Amino acid sequence: MLVHIPSPLRHYTGGVSQVDAQGSSVSELLNDLDNKYSGIKFRMIDEHDRMRQHIKIFVNKNAVNSVAAPLSANDEVHIICALSGG
Amino acid sequence: MKPAGIRVKLLIGKRKGSFTITSDPVRIRWNLEGHNYLGHIIYHYVSDPRDPQSYVIAAKTGHLGPTIYFSKDGGATWKESSHPPQFEKKSESKEVLPEADIVKESARKIEAEANSNADPESKANSVETVFWLTPGHQSEPGVWYAGTAPPGMFITRDGGDTWAPVTGFNEYTQANEGLHGEGATPGGQLTHSILIDPRDANHLYTSISVGGTFESTDKGTTWTPINKGIEAEFLPDPDTPYGHDPHLVVAHPANPDRLYQQNHCGIYRLDRPDVKWVRIGNNMPKEIGDIGFPIVVHPENADRAWVFPMDGTEVWPRTSPDGKPAVYETQDAGESWHRHDMGLPTEHGYFTVKRQAMCADYTVPLGLYFGTTCGEVWASLDEGNSWNCIIRHLPEIYSVTATME
Repeated sequence: MLVHIPSPLRHYTGGVSQVDAQGSSVSELLNDLDNKYSGIKFRMIDEHDRMRQHIKIFVNKNAVNSVAAPLSANDEVHIICALSGG
Repeated sequence: MKPAGIRVKLLIGKRKGSFTITSDPVRIRWNLEGHNYLGHIIYHYVSDPRDPQSYVIAAKTGHLGPTIYFSKDGGATWKESSHPPQFEKKSESKEVLPEADIVKESARKIEAEANSNADPESKANSVETVFWLTPGHQSEPGVWYAGTAPPGMFITRDGGDTWAPVTGFNEYTQANEGLHGEGATPGGQLTHSILIDPRDANHLYTSISVGGTFESTDKGTTWTPINKGIEAEFLPDPDTPYGHDPHLVVAHPANPDRLYQQNHCGIYRLDRPDVKWVRIGNNMPKEIGDIGFPIVVHPENADRAWVFPMDGTEVWPRTSPDGKPAVYETQDAGESWHRHDMGLPTEHGYFTVKRQAMCADYTVPLGLYFGTTCGEVWASLDEGNSWNCIIRHLPEIYSVTATME
């Protein structure tokens, strides 16, 4: 499925803003991304599988709150570094 | 110590990246060599005295989780840690549930994570910041320790690539109320001042802001508070075994039984095996006080130390007292203090210096350096007597460490 990568994480993807990754849940998708781009997952998800405070993930433009959220092959995922002011 | 005529390299960690500044052989001209990780928050940037071409950086950004970068070639190339410091993940339940309950349990987890304050698992600490780096014992090449916020300690044995929890310390802080809180770094609770006894790799000290100072004699497996004599005017019980607020603790490299501490409540000295700190800051001028963050010791003379006081009155402005920045030096282990302000602003100088942002360079005569909250680096080439601003217009400086070329 198509995954949109925010600019602070593009040094992992070689500067690419859209990548392809697989998984039947957000957790699996992040593991697939980490296999392809080592280290990228821990910048978004902590050691207890919680999304970091300023990371938001949208599936088909709907926000998900858990890495357990299910995914389908044709979904489109946006990873967002959420602005918090300033 | 080393004779004059050696280039000094200052490794600068800032709120917006890391920089290096290199001197000529007489330390008069300084060259800013550009930046790495511009925009990243660099809490500590440290070289390895066992392998001076090895550097480690503790980094994060405003949005992303923490990580560590390391270089084996003097900063020419860098790699990111493949397993940065992280607390042990709570083990998943091994209980086998009926299929219907699996659906219910899955729904419960999703709801609980969406409302994380209601989930006890949500209180499990995660590393928000890697704040402190300490090279390991001389006998253990590749070993480094890291201190984190929330308070945790981690160890690498491969120069910074993979990090493991120091389980004894992390369990100790988790088990004791008040030692595992959170807060915005660098103001919240965090582990710093990890000290390795050069005579014994098993003998460690470390400190936690709003936690106290602790000692281990078994390489971090068990820990004992060592805070007697330290004042804690912000606590209801002044005799509490921990909960104090060390800002920085240093051990003298040639006499590791001599410890100095710059605390939220003053400057202290401890000569082991004694266990009670002495408030040597009481000998500072009353109009200056003895509040600050950094403290630097002379590499050979254990009676000499330098501090950079700040205004810790009333609402804690955290600025130079009366807008007149100065370094204070003791040459008699804190019995008396001498002001050094030659070259520093004589008025309207309201910067201050953070705990990792002052250091010495180990040459003769001793060079001293500090980086300020307003992005300047100041140097003294006469052991603190006079000061010169060598770099300005940088972002807020979090750490300054020196290495030799």
